[in-house]
Amino acid sequence: MPQLDAAFAALADPTRRAILDRLAVGEATAQDLARPFPISQPAISRHLKVLEDAGLIETRTQGTSRPRRLKPDAVEELWDWLGQYRALWEARYARLDDVLTDLQKADLQKDDSR
Amino acid sequence: MTTPLQLILDGDTRIVVTRSFAAPPALLFRAHTEPALIRRWMIGPDGWSMPICDCAPRAGGSFRFGWTNGTDTSFDATGEYLEVTPERIVHVERMFLPDRTPDNHVDTRFAPHGNGTRMTLTMTLPTPKARAAIIASGMPDGLEDSYARLETILAKA
Repeated sequence: MPQLDAAFAALADPTRRAILDRLAVGEATAQDLARPFPISQPAISRHLKVLEDAGLIETRTQGTSRPRRLKPDAVEELWDWLGQYRALWEARYARLDDVLTDLQKADLQKDDSR
Repeated sequence: MTTPLQLILDGDTRIVVTRSFAAPPALLFRAHTEPALIRRWMIGPDGWSMPICDCAPRAGGSFRFGWTNGTDTSFDATGEYLEVTPERIVHVERMFLPDRTPDNHVDTRFAPHGNGTRMTLTMTLPTPKARAAIIASGMPDGLEDSYARLETILAKA
């Protein structure tokens, strides 16, 4: 069964993110996917298995060909999730910017009063 | 200059957050170690505040933070400082939601960057599952609901 933790781990790898980007354009076979990467096809197949086990992609059988495609809902939801977490830090650090501005103003006033 | 925040999932258990600030490292350090400053920014979505903010920022010291949305929801975090220097704060923390979450090892570094500071926050969780939970905790109001919802979507997709 696909797991949230497996899905985030799947996203942590740059090659797997690039594969997802490629599949966002349309389905592709393992051979198609291996072409742009400087790694072997067995290595690509292992990445595809990680993505499939995480519930992010699926395999279709078409004669002897087995193209992979995204499960768009799962991928989008995962990015939304990360986006919300990221927004939490962005909001915190925007507040931290304000705190730092105040501290710098206070330091300037202290210098002026010397 | 400030730069956009970068948030990276690193390996199976780490989250790395990087951001530049238009203030020197010494001020970033103060904002992370003085309760009156911490409670102004280390808060969640709008409407949340931090009524509990006690800390002893030195190696071996501990802290306790408590947040509330002012109406029905509040939660606490506790932690211990492992290393506290002007360039780096290393601590371990966990939240109580109210169940205790796995320990999060947090390494915060303040590096001079032009006239400002480049801050790198590296969180290391004990397991991939604990990392997924902390990402899902981005919205503390609906943590359990939202987490369950995503599991459902991933399961049926």
